[in-house]
Amino acid sequence: MAELNIAQALNAALSSALEDEKVVLLGEDVGTTGGVFRVTDGLHQKYGPDRVIDTPVAESGIVGAAFGMAITGIRPIAEIQFMGFSYPAYDQIINHVARIRNRSRGRFTAPLVIRIPYGAGIGAAEHHSESAEAIYVQAPGVKVVVPATPYDAKGMLLAAIDDPDPVIFLEPIRLYRAIKQEVPDAPYRVPLGVAAHLRQGTDVSLVGYGSMMREVNAAADQLTAEGVSVDVIDLRSLVPFDAELVVDSAQRTGRVVVVQEAPRSAGFAAEVVAQIQEKALYSLNAPVERVTGYDIVVPLRRAEKHFVPSVGRVVAAARRTLEA
Amino acid sequence: MSHEPLQILAPDGTLRGESPLEIAELRRLYQAMLSARVFDRKASAMQRQGRLATYSPFEGQEASQIGAAAALSPQDWVVGSYRDGAAMWMHGYTWRNLLLGRTGDERGGQTPEGVRVLPPSITVGGHMIHAVGLAWGERLLGSDGVALTLFGDGATSEGDFHEAMNFAAVFETATVFLCQNNGWAISMPTERQTRSETIAHKAIAYGMEGRRVDGNDLLATYQVTAAAVADARSGRGPTFIEALTFRVGPHTTADDPGRYRSEASVTEWRERDPLERVRLYLAAHDAWDEAWQHEIEEVQAQAIEDVVAEAEALAPFTAGEIFDAMYAAPTAQLREQRAEAERG
Repeated sequence: MAELNIAQALNAALSSALEDEKVVLLGEDVGTTGGVFRVTDGLHQKYGPDRVIDTPVAESGIVGAAFGMAITGIRPIAEIQFMGFSYPAYDQIINHVARIRNRSRGRFTAPLVIRIPYGAGIGAAEHHSESAEAIYVQAPGVKVVVPATPYDAKGMLLAAIDDPDPVIFLEPIRLYRAIKQEVPDAPYRVPLGVAAHLRQGTDVSLVGYGSMMREVNAAADQLTAEGVSVDVIDLRSLVPFDAELVVDSAQRTGRVVVVQEAPRSAGFAAEVVAQIQEKALYSLNAPVERVTGYDIVVPLRRAEKHFVPSVGRVVAAARRTLEA
Repeated sequence: MSHEPLQILAPDGTLRGESPLEIAELRRLYQAMLSARVFDRKASAMQRQGRLATYSPFEGQEASQIGAAAALSPQDWVVGSYRDGAAMWMHGYTWRNLLLGRTGDERGGQTPEGVRVLPPSITVGGHMIHAVGLAWGERLLGSDGVALTLFGDGATSEGDFHEAMNFAAVFETATVFLCQNNGWAISMPTERQTRSETIAHKAIAYGMEGRRVDGNDLLATYQVTAAAVADARSGRGPTFIEALTFRVGPHTTADDPGRYRSEASVTEWRERDPLERVRLYLAAHDAWDEAWQHEIEEVQAQAIEDVVAEAEALAPFTAGEIFDAMYAAPTAQLREQRAEAERG
């Protein structure tokens, strides 16, 4: 066991995965420099430039080449530097990576992992603060997962690398070094598609994922201190989506707040709300609340705090459901 | 770089250089080109009868495709577009694959086991980088497999062409880029795609060998591709080949080429037909006669009829089966949606 942050836990997972010679990493600056967030630090030196590959600056090329490698039986892990740079690769992802299994009716598969740091809150330049997970959820054929803790980061990345299908692996930038946790040294897997039930409560359910889990947990602490019994779910995986746990929670508490950092309209929270109203409407005691980013471009450093949902907004939404 | 495309067999059937192929092998490749042409014409006819969905004919490009694919070994990969059926078939993708796909059935994309041909890319230009990744993967696995990718002049305008060429050159992957410059990208002539003097010139900028070849000359296409494949296999990296050819038919069965090009240009290219020059050469060597020609045509026409009849007899997917190949195992959402679809 070692106390690791998310970046270190991901590094440990990658290092463990690279023990399999079929695994390679590729991306911009992932080699010599160890990645702009240092997630691949030291791996180039340990596993060599043929397996930890610095590529030209070309996201479509990185994903397209990884796709070809994956078809041969190599297990590539591609890194995109920031989510705002993933859009040039979207064509490769939605048109090829997500489709080759269906296009060939199972004859060819592309089990690759595409790691994408995402989210705001570090005062970065334009395009460096995006939460565009919904566009990947809209690409049938890929899985989309988002760890929020060091333990899950390592276990889910190893599960993603083993997975027979392509996985979009989102890494909350704001949390890379924000949380430390005991992480086992040996490799282990956290299954994809299973949400984490973090707290059992009876009054209100808080549902979030990825970058918002710190605010969600802080809001739960505050509400608990006020005597509210809070149920907390970290979705961890958007595709597959563990709707059952959420619906069950909604049925027990009758009050739900869904939290996402992404812009509101047609975001993943809307899917969560839709599932709840389809399957738990008659258990509800209040309208389901959404706390989200707004349908605007993420503001730059000096004003970005207005965009990212705050603990206060989550608590206020929970109170509205309790007062209804 | 030579601007003059390599030609070995002239349109009149006479040699301009030494043939890289023996007569017996040439007969085999002539038979392949002829079979492909019969297939192509039959597919267009069947589309008009409403038996196939939109079809994109390759007539005129048989020498480029058969000549290039003939230079490959079974461990090599072919990554083509919607107009590359002849090359794909030559490498083991079946007429059934091609026709079933054109009836509108994903099982057409189910390449036979052991055959290294990806189902055709329908979007333009996105697939060339796959041939870079495939060759790269082969090298990582310790194999000397080569990946041949086929595309048209229009695809060289796509951004992904640049990324594929650059990656292949930087990482020295065993990739052979075969651009069939067939003059037209739907209604746009090649000179509206690029101001490069030739498309092969683009290779220079990537530090890659660029070759030009008469794409209607089977011998020249074979020879240039075989040299590129040998280079790739021995670790000398990628090659770019511009094969000058012509699509004598429409872009697809939904296209009317009369709106953008003259009949005279088609007639001119028909005189440089890729099959006729090989036929003349074989005939001059007593290796062709009409009975053989008719036999190939009849056998192939019947084979296509049989395959289409088989495809038409195949039950379409049920509402449930359309969910089968999205993931290795269905997600909870897909199980739920499948049940919904099955209820109708």
